[in-house]
Amino acid sequence: MSKKDSEYLINRKDNQYEVVIGLEVHAQVLSESKLFSTSATKFGAEPNTQVSLVDAAFPGMLPVINEFCVKQAIKTGIGLNAKINKRSVFDRKNYFYADLPQGYQISQFKDPIVGEGKVILDMSNGQKEVGIERLHLEQDAGKSIHDLDPQNTFVDLNRSGVALMEIVSKPDLRSPDEVNAYIKKLRSIMRYLGTCDGNMQEGSLRADVNVSVRPKGSKEFGTRCEIKNVNSIKFMQMAIEYEANRQVDLIEEGKTIDQETRLFDTKKNETRSMRSKEDAHDYRYFPDPDLLPLEVSEKFIEELKNDIPELPDDKKKRFIEEFKLSPYEANILVSDIDTAKFFEEVVAKMGKNKDIKLAVNWITGELFAVLNSKGLEISQSPVSAKNFAILINLIKNGTISGKIAKTVFELMIDGNKDPQKIVEEKGLKQQSDPKALEALIDKIINDNREKAIEYKQGKEKLFGFFVGQAMKASGGKANPQLINEILKKKL
Amino acid sequence: MSEITKQSLTELVENIKNKKLSSTDVTKAFIDRSEKSEELNAYITNDFTSALEKAKKFDQKPNLDSKLPGIPMAVKDLFCTKDIKTTAGSKILNNFVPTYESTVTENIWNEGAILLGKLNCDEFAMGSSNETSFFGNVQSPIDRNLVPGGSSGGSASAVAGQLTPITIGTDTGGSIRQPASFTGIVGLKPTYGSCSRYGIVAFASSLDQAGPMAQNVKDCALLHEVISSYDPKDSTSIDFKRNHYSKELTNNIKGKKIGIPKEYRVDGMPKEIEDLWQKGIQYVKDCGAETIDISLPNTSYALPTYYIVAPAEASSNLARYDGVKYGFRAKGENLIDMYEKTRSEGFGAEVQRRIMIGTYVLSSGYYDAYYLKAQKVRKLIKNDFDEAYKKVDAILTPSTPSSAFKIGEKTNDPVSMYLNDIFTVPVNLAGLPGISIPAGHDSKGYPLGLQIIGKAFDEQNILNIAYAMEEKINFKNKITDWWIK
Repeated sequence: MSKKDSEYLINRKDNQYEVVIGLEVHAQVLSESKLFSTSATKFGAEPNTQVSLVDAAFPGMLPVINEFCVKQAIKTGIGLNAKINKRSVFDRKNYFYADLPQGYQISQFKDPIVGEGKVILDMSNGQKEVGIERLHLEQDAGKSIHDLDPQNTFVDLNRSGVALMEIVSKPDLRSPDEVNAYIKKLRSIMRYLGTCDGNMQEGSLRADVNVSVRPKGSKEFGTRCEIKNVNSIKFMQMAIEYEANRQVDLIEEGKTIDQETRLFDTKKNETRSMRSKEDAHDYRYFPDPDLLPLEVSEKFIEELKNDIPELPDDKKKRFIEEFKLSPYEANILVSDIDTAKFFEEVVAKMGKNKDIKLAVNWITGELFAVLNSKGLEISQSPVSAKNFAILINLIKNGTISGKIAKTVFELMIDGNKDPQKIVEEKGLKQQSDPKALEALIDKIINDNREKAIEYKQGKEKLFGFFVGQAMKASGGKANPQLINEILKKKL
Repeated sequence: MSEITKQSLTELVENIKNKKLSSTDVTKAFIDRSEKSEELNAYITNDFTSALEKAKKFDQKPNLDSKLPGIPMAVKDLFCTKDIKTTAGSKILNNFVPTYESTVTENIWNEGAILLGKLNCDEFAMGSSNETSFFGNVQSPIDRNLVPGGSSGGSASAVAGQLTPITIGTDTGGSIRQPASFTGIVGLKPTYGSCSRYGIVAFASSLDQAGPMAQNVKDCALLHEVISSYDPKDSTSIDFKRNHYSKELTNNIKGKKIGIPKEYRVDGMPKEIEDLWQKGIQYVKDCGAETIDISLPNTSYALPTYYIVAPAEASSNLARYDGVKYGFRAKGENLIDMYEKTRSEGFGAEVQRRIMIGTYVLSSGYYDAYYLKAQKVRKLIKNDFDEAYKKVDAILTPSTPSSAFKIGEKTNDPVSMYLNDIFTVPVNLAGLPGISIPAGHDSKGYPLGLQIIGKAFDEQNILNIAYAMEEKINFKNKITDWWIK
C-alpha cells in the first residue's frame, strides 16, 4: 500500500488498484417519539418499556406519521444541499424476524423524501465533493438478545419503530481517510441541525459500507461487497482496508468477486460472508396501504429553510473572514457545533479589546487538553465560556502573564471559579511597576556581579539566568516583557 | 306491540325512549333468541352475562338522548373489543384478547349500545360463504344448509335471524353487501375513509371498510351515522362533512339520474337476476328517477385486479401473526421452524392460499406484471366511475350474480367462489359507497339483492334511493325459524 500524492492505492507486483466506497449511513432521528407512534425513544431504558401497541404490531393497529420526524429529515436534506421531494411514499419492506413485529419495515423505496445532494470534505490535500444519492425515512427494528439464555432469544422492542434516516452516498469515496472525513462531516452537519445526536456508541449512527476495487485509471466499477452495520469509524476503516485487500487478492489470483453481503468481525479484523446475492432477501417492497403518500408544500419547506442555523461550511468561511483565522484553525473550531458555540461565546464575552488568536490558542491548547484528560465534551467544560473570556482578557491586558494564566486556569477548573477573583485572592497580579522592578533587578545584578561581567564580556546565554532570577524574586508575577527591557538597559 | 326481536332498530329506540321497553327487556329478548339459535353458529363469543348487567345499569340511569339507547348488538369478530376475545375467525387468534377498542365499536358504545357478543366470519374476512372460519360455517336463517354469504356471514345471519337488531360488518370486496343480499337484509359499504379502520383486524388495507347491516334502510342510515367519523388514528380516514344520515333520509328521489351499466350483464347470469334488475329499474322510474344506460368498460378486469391487490396486501398484513408476540404458537426446533409450524397450523387453507398468491404477485420479477399492472387497472376502473358520474347520480346493479348456494357447494372451486364478488368488487377498488337492499326472491324463495353505487362521500344519496325503492319493493323476508326447536 502506498500514499502517492495522497492517493490511496493498493499495490501488487505490477498493478495498482483504486478502492471505491459508498456508504449507507443510518442516522437515528433526534425525536422524543417514534416515526409512527407516540412511544418514547430514550436510550438505555428498561427493555420493552417504550413500546406501544403500534410498535408491537397488535391486530388492527395503524401507523400515523410523526410530523416532527418529517421536518427533521427535510432539515437534514437541506443541510446536505439536497433536493427535497414534495411527494414521497412509504413502502413496506417485508421479511420475517423475531424483532420485527409487523413482519415488515416501513421504509421509503422508490420515492424517498430527499433526493440528490452533496457534502464537501476538507482533506489535507484540498476539498473533496461527495455526492448524496438520497435520504429516506424508515423504522428501526427491535433488538434480539441472544446471550442471556442458552436456549432462548430475548427481544427488546424499545427501538422498534424509532425513526431512522438512511443517507446513501454516491460511490465517490476513495480511501478510509475520506470515509472518516465523510462520517465526521455528516455527523457535524446533523448535530448543527439538531436532527441526529451522532452518538455512535449508542448506535445513533451506523453504516453499511459498500466496497469495490478496480485497476487504477479504470472507469468501470468492480463487483461490490456490502459490509453490514458497522458502528464506529475505526471499524469502518479497518473493514475497508481488509475488504479491499481481500478483493485485490482475489483478482490477482485470477478469481472473481461475488456480490454479497459481509459482516466485519471486529475481534479478528476480517470480513466474513453473510449471504450471497442468490440468497438475498426478496423484500417484496410495495407502497404501504396504511399510509397515504407524504406530501409537503413549498411553504412547509421554505419555513424549514428559514429555520436552518449557520452550518459548518458557512461558519468556517465566516470565521476565516471575520476573525482572520487560518482554514486549519477554523476547521477545528467549526467541526463540532459545541466547540463553535463555546468559541463564539468566548468571543462575545471578551468585549471590544479582544485577542481572538490568543483565545483560539487557549481553546485548542489548554482547554482541549483538560477536556481530553478528563474525558469530557466541550459542552461539559468545567470552565464556562464567560470565565474563559475573562481569563484571556486578563492575559491580553497584562494583568497576568501567560505562565501565571496557566496556574489560574488550573484553579478555575475546580468549580468554574472566576479568574479575576483567583488573581486577587492569590495575589497573582503581574508586577508591571517599572520602578519596583528596577529596584528588584538592581539587587539581582548586585548580588551576581561576576555573572553580570561575564555577560557583558559576551556570554549572552546568561541573559536567561537574570530573567529567571528576576521572575523568581517576584514570585513569578513580574511582567516578563518589562523585565526583559529593564535587564537589557541595566546590563 | 310486536314481538321484541321482530322490531326494527328504529322501533326499539322509540320504544325505549318512550319507556315502553327497557334496555333489559330488549337485551333479554335478543339473548333468549340467540341462545335458542345455536344451530346457526352465528356467534364465536357471547358476552350475554355482562350485556344484561350493562342493560340493567342503563335502565337505572338511562341516557335517552343517545342514538342507540340501551340497544344490544353483536358485532363481527373482526373488530377488536377491549377485554373480549377477538379472533378474526382464525385459530391463530383463538386466544387473543385485545386491551383496546376499535374506533367504530367505540363510537357505538358511546351512543349507548351494549355488546351482545362477537359474530362469526370467514377467517380474516377471506371468503364469500363463511365456510373458511376456524369456528365452523354459519347457517343461513333462510334455509338449512344454505350459506349466509361472507365474509360477514355471522353478522348477516344474526340480523336476518333476529339475534341482534343491527350489526356491523366489514367489506373488502363485498363482505357486507353479498351476505346482506343472500339473507334478505340491508348492508352498506361506506366510502373508503368514512369509517376508521383503527382496531379492525386488517385484511387488505386499501379496500377494507366497516359498515352497517340492518333490517331496513332507515336503521342502516342511523347506524352509519354513529360509526362514520374522522379518526386521526387512521391515516386513511378522511375529514369530510358527515350528514345526519337518518334525519336527512328522504324518499324523494325525483329527477335523480340512475346509471345502468351494460357491463354488469355478465355471461351466464341467471334470468331471474336479469329480471330482478329490470324490476329495480322500473321501481326507480316509479319513484320519479330517470335511468340512463352507461358503460363501465373496465368492469371485467375488476375481479382479477382485486385478486391481486387484496392478497398482496393481505400477505403483508398477516405477516405479524408469527407466534412471537400474541396468539397461537406452535412448538418449533428453531425460529424458522416455529414460524412455519405456527403459520401452517394457525391459518386455514383459504388464508394460506391468499398469502401465497399475494407473496407471488409482490415477488421481484413478478411485481410489475401483477401488482403494478393491477394498480394501473384499478385506476382505470376508478376513472370509469368518474366518467359515469359526470352523467348520473348513482348506479343500479344486481348485488350478486346468483342467490345463496348450499354449504359445501363451492368449497372446492375457489374461482367460482370468487365470482360471487363480481358486482361488488369494483366498488371497493374505486373506494365508493355501495348499498345492497333486498329486492325479491328467486324460484327457490331465496332473497335477491340490488346494489346502488354512489359517488364518493355521497352515502346520503344512495341511502335515499334505497329508502325510496324499499317502499316500492315492500320486501318481506321469509324467516321460518327452522333452526329453533
